[in-house]
Amino acid sequence: MNDTALLELHGVTKTFGAVAALVNAELVLKAGSIHAVIGENGAGKSTLVKIIGGLYRRDAGTFLLDGESVDFHNTREAKAAGIAVIYQEPTLFPDLSVAENLFVGRQPYTRFGALDRAKMRRETRELTQRLGVPIDPDREARGLSIADQQVVEIAKSISVGAKVIVMDEPTAALSGIEVERLMGIARQLRGEGKGLIFISHRFDEVFALCDVITVMRDGSYVATNATTGTTEDEIIHQMVGRSVDNLYPKQEALIGEPVLEVERLTSAGVFQDVSFTVRSGEIVCLAGLVGAGRSEIARAVFGVDPYDSGSVRMSGIDVPRTSPAAAMRLGIGFVPEDRRKQGLAMTAGIQTNITLAIRHKLARFGFIIAPLEEPSARTWAARLQVKMYALDTEAQMLSGGNQQKVVLGKWLATKPKLLIVDEPTRGIDVGTKAEVHRLLSELAGTGVALLMISSELPEVMGMADRVLVVREGRITAELPRATATPQNVMYAATHAPEVAA
Amino acid sequence: MRADTVTITTNAVGSAAAQYRRHSHPLWRRMLLRTETAIVLAIILLIIFAITTVPYFAQPYTYLTMILNSAPILLMLLPVTLIIITGDIDLSVGSVVGFSSAIFGLSFHAGVPLPLAAGVAVVGGGLVGLLNGVLVTVVGLPSLAVTIGTLALFRGIAVGLLGTTAITGFPSEVTQFIGAPLFVGAPVPMVTVAIIVVAIGFAVLLHLTPFGRGVFAIGLSSETAAFSGVRVNRTRLILFVLSGLVASATGVYYTLQYSNAIGTNGLGFELQVVTAIVLGGVSIWGGRGSILGALAGGVLIATLNKTLQLAGIGSDTISIVTGATLIFSVVVAGIAGFISRRRRSKASVIAAGVEKHRAIPNPKSVPSNH
Repeated sequence: MNDTALLELHGVTKTFGAVAALVNAELVLKAGSIHAVIGENGAGKSTLVKIIGGLYRRDAGTFLLDGESVDFHNTREAKAAGIAVIYQEPTLFPDLSVAENLFVGRQPYTRFGALDRAKMRRETRELTQRLGVPIDPDREARGLSIADQQVVEIAKSISVGAKVIVMDEPTAALSGIEVERLMGIARQLRGEGKGLIFISHRFDEVFALCDVITVMRDGSYVATNATTGTTEDEIIHQMVGRSVDNLYPKQEALIGEPVLEVERLTSAGVFQDVSFTVRSGEIVCLAGLVGAGRSEIARAVFGVDPYDSGSVRMSGIDVPRTSPAAAMRLGIGFVPEDRRKQGLAMTAGIQTNITLAIRHKLARFGFIIAPLEEPSARTWAARLQVKMYALDTEAQMLSGGNQQKVVLGKWLATKPKLLIVDEPTRGIDVGTKAEVHRLLSELAGTGVALLMISSELPEVMGMADRVLVVREGRITAELPRATATPQNVMYAATHAPEVAA
Repeated sequence: MRADTVTITTNAVGSAAAQYRRHSHPLWRRMLLRTETAIVLAIILLIIFAITTVPYFAQPYTYLTMILNSAPILLMLLPVTLIIITGDIDLSVGSVVGFSSAIFGLSFHAGVPLPLAAGVAVVGGGLVGLLNGVLVTVVGLPSLAVTIGTLALFRGIAVGLLGTTAITGFPSEVTQFIGAPLFVGAPVPMVTVAIIVVAIGFAVLLHLTPFGRGVFAIGLSSETAAFSGVRVNRTRLILFVLSGLVASATGVYYTLQYSNAIGTNGLGFELQVVTAIVLGGVSIWGGRGSILGALAGGVLIATLNKTLQLAGIGSDTISIVTGATLIFSVVVAGIAGFISRRRRSKASVIAAGVEKHRAIPNPKSVPSNH
């Protein structure tokens, strides 16, 4: 029985418009095993999970469950077929009790047509005890820890007869003891003959728990390894292994005086004791895993988010807390992570978007009219070669890459001394990506200091003069360009600092 | 090497910059396919219809009373338009009129000189606007809930202060001046000047200043606005204070016009204000609209009311017609938006158009790979 594949994916492809999220996914999950899927951010793991869970439909390829081809139209069909997905943040109803959450949509009734609460309680108690984590069936879901909520979700999936249980980064928000407990549950489920797919960024967990490791990169399948026959180094190599040196036209730039000085910046529970400097002409990259606190640090520097202690200085002048307007006056520009929600007014025209951050500078005697805005909008759209029809074309009509160019233009128009770019090439096509890289490089050449956040290692390697690795809210490594290899960065991002040192 | 690249880029820039059109549609289309244009046309047609068929409509006195009656709404809708463009709402303005009327009346009754009493009432209005603004921005409550609450609160205070008594006996030279024509025989009253001046002020603030650009940005996406250095909460707070100031000044005017300070002054005005604004093409979701449109909406409702009233139609029917007009305009706007989206999705990607009304967010799924 253990040799039969429970779930098989071959050549599975999924594209969103021009973006190929998944090119050629392969996965063979055996019953009674735990299968890790790992890869960098954007490698296609989440898309894969969503296809398995019925949230997306594949465009091509085969998807076999118990040897039969399946094509789920929605999550309900996937659940009915025996697939359960446990997300990092569980989705329980906070106002219902644990037992009610377990039986939501399939409540047992007594002979008299009333809810059979006794049965719900009894079964809930049995299920959670079987998982080794007894939870009071009458507790409200609201007060449960994330770990306990995951247990409830797992119990729910078992009680509906799931054969395949997918855990999408389940340990990201758990403490050490909770991780141990979850791993115990996973091993028990494996013993019961279930197939588990385990997605995690943490190598120690993957190696401790999983039988098989499948590596993905850029939406494609790379390799499947038996855990016993591979090493951490080999996996890292598979994750990042490609020539990354010549793809990025990094220009030599004269590195000058410090522009941004951040000292002991701390925001309780988000990041701690963060100190770094960015000099003029220098590109400094904040690398690390998603959720490590990189964006939060950048947002605090720019003043969108508050911080508890520490200081931010621009060319020696203190940048006031929580005032993007003041940060902009001191020469900081910020290209945010989410261009649709934070970078652009999607239903407004290109001109409105490009001139929004310089509206005070463009005003004459306190007044601003369209003819004052037009030259700036025209110049910056043209410099960045934004493909559009007219200056009043709505931003939402442009492709992702052109939208990102508009956001870049909006901030370049402010003539920043320091430009913070958060994931500047996420979700844009390869051609535009190279253009953005060339632009950032040119910008550094003109003496602008750049602080870049990127989850793509090749981009970090290709662009950075210096790499700061952030792990769990702290800077755990500072690597100059010469010594920053993908392996080093990935190691520092996934290991506790004492190990890294 | 680097210098070369930069020069090449700059040369390309000049020609490329010239290629972009200023607008995606010709002027006539941008002018005609606007809510403001439609409303102004509707007003003109309605007036022509009324002049030719409704008896007494063509009398100067008709215009005089029409403007006098609608003046409070036309004044109050100005700051509320800005508030709605940011995506907030202020429903307490009618109650602020009553509140200011009560303060003004009581101060005057207590022997305070008239201008000082008016000043006290207006400052009081600014303070209640500040209360609204603080609850919305500092405490972070939704403006709809806050201003429904203060709608009841300020009305309660106004009625409580005055009880069932009405304060009258304001100096007749003042009250007569307020209601008098601009000059002998003119069909417009004195207050028209005030409306025009305040309207120009708000139109300039909204359409021709960096502050106004910020107001629109907040309504389009408050997060993007914050990331672009717009002081979002400060802007919203200022607008609520302005709304309180204008509504209380309106309260003083209203009290003098009818020479009567009672706690129920301005009852229900907030709905007329919001109706006029929405009718005038200001998006209730924020981000879109103009002072001209909102004013035109107010004038259309006033003209419609007056026409129906002179035609001998009862007030219940009038409110049915007003409500139906509003629904009709919103439905037409919705259909126009739908058609323009349909046409656009069929057209090539590059031929993008100006959408007259805010699109329903496209539920297109976005790949989210961590």
